[in-house]
Amino acid sequence: MLFPVYWILNVSLTQTQDLRRTPPSLLPLAPTFEGYEAVLDQQLQALGVSLLVGLGTVVLTVVVAAPAGWALAKMRPRGAGALSFALLVAQMIPAVVMAMGFYSIYVRLGLLNEVWGLVVADSTIAVPFAVLLFTAFMSGIPDELLDAARVDGASTWRIFVAVVLPLSRNSVITVSLFAFLWAWSDFVFASTLNRQGDLVPITLSLFAYIGNNTTQWNAVMATAVVASVPAAVLLVLAQRYVAAGVTAGAVKD
Amino acid sequence: MSPSTVTAPSGTRTGAAAPPPRRRRREAGPGGSRRAALLFLLPLLVYLVAFYVYPLLRNVDLSLRDYTIRAFITGTADFVGLDNYREILADRTFGQAVVNTAVFTGVSIVAQFALGLALAVFFRHSFPLSGVLRALFLVPWLLPLIVSASAWSWLLNSENGVVNAALAAVGLPTVNWLTSPGWALVSVTLANIWLGIPFNLVILYSGLQNISADLYEAASLDGATGRQQFWRITLPLLAPVSAITLLLGLVYTLKVVDIIWIMTTGGPGSSSTTLAIWSYREAFGTGQPDFSPAAAVGNLLILVALAGGLLYLWLQRRQARS
Repeated sequence: MLFPVYWILNVSLTQTQDLRRTPPSLLPLAPTFEGYEAVLDQQLQALGVSLLVGLGTVVLTVVVAAPAGWALAKMRPRGAGALSFALLVAQMIPAVVMAMGFYSIYVRLGLLNEVWGLVVADSTIAVPFAVLLFTAFMSGIPDELLDAARVDGASTWRIFVAVVLPLSRNSVITVSLFAFLWAWSDFVFASTLNRQGDLVPITLSLFAYIGNNTTQWNAVMATAVVASVPAAVLLVLAQRYVAAGVTAGAVKD
Repeated sequence: MSPSTVTAPSGTRTGAAAPPPRRRRREAGPGGSRRAALLFLLPLLVYLVAFYVYPLLRNVDLSLRDYTIRAFITGTADFVGLDNYREILADRTFGQAVVNTAVFTGVSIVAQFALGLALAVFFRHSFPLSGVLRALFLVPWLLPLIVSASAWSWLLNSENGVVNAALAAVGLPTVNWLTSPGWALVSVTLANIWLGIPFNLVILYSGLQNISADLYEAASLDGATGRQQFWRITLPLLAPVSAITLLLGLVYTLKVVDIIWIMTTGGPGSSSTTLAIWSYREAFGTGQPDFSPAAAVGNLLILVALAGGLLYLWLQRRQARS
């Protein structure tokens, strides 16, 4: 299971002349950082673009989904069932299909190759999931607490900001984590909506790099390692939220 | 009405954050008034209309017209009705894409599920460092797909790939994994199985956590073997979670583009082309974009997604009732 991951690390440290050795060496006995130097030289901007897109996606997703999750969890609006079903189906719509729709709209609005255009497109991966997760989580907040706040004279908005959001911290973290990772690793939207221009995210940059550098696999794999750093960091920091997020989004309604 | 006929709480047995039993009230919930509900939902509704409904309608429109890149700029394209659909159904690629999609998704989800379940059962018994190991098993799933896909391309590379080196070392013939028509689909399926195991592991593991340990204790007191316990206790009690895991696997696998595109671009020929890949290739993969048939293929995928959604709902209702 972990061998491919190890292999990425191994190849990223292998010297260029050893890449074509048969059989390949299983350990980076003479490690080199030339691959990583190439990354720092050439990929920093792409990493920055991805960071920007990831953070933008997180903000947009939470801003749209958190209030809606609360409304669905506690206010029982009319049509809540239909809306939940729509969100479920939305999660299942292939990104290719969305990409074509977005492309045809963006080409008119001049939003192609714009960071904001990509943020909007990437957020469509996370928003339906986020609403369903917030709904599941926020329906667990005790009614007594909300009633007490209301009796104390808090407005609906104030209850949301001062009571619901702080209590939902864990679900906000989970949603942010997933939104960021999905945006960070998105390839389909990046390759269709931001394929030209200077503002290319790291996935696309890596893809182009593979095409141009079939001989420099150490540099390609070094880029891959660097592109995986956010995932690795987030995994260490937020391990339990990952598991909680998957199960809440998938198994609970 | 006796209390017992009131609908059962719909919470699944997922423990900690299960919602409390709902109070029946005529007016709006404890969160606020109906008007407030609408205000809180407004951003989402606007969002859905602008960024889901509108692009999807554009997509349907695309599939009914004869769009080219030029048409995008001039804004005029001929309405051709269902011609694009007729065209794709008559295309030679269609049959192959359907078969490839079926093989790719079918084999992937069954293998992911079996391996994920095996690992989940393995991790049921905690041992030193089991938590750390379990976290490590999540790594493949959190890596950007492009990273895993390019790693697999390199592992399976016919000249310098470590897989072929291993085959050669034990005296087996080497294989042109990515470049021979017979093996390309196998290769991308292998990579996809690997990618899907963590997801299955996480969900099935949490499903296992909800099976009471008493059952196993009682069974082993009655002399049931480990194998009997698996088939008689684990599998039946895990059935609801399994069904949903498999369904989600199906839906996610149907839309896979990145892995296949990065490893083989659907080739050689169309030997590893699935419906999603076909759609992507027609629209964005060649120098000559042909959006209309691509949109038509995409819309077929949406129909499948819709069917998946209904099935999911039905499964959940049944699960809530039982």
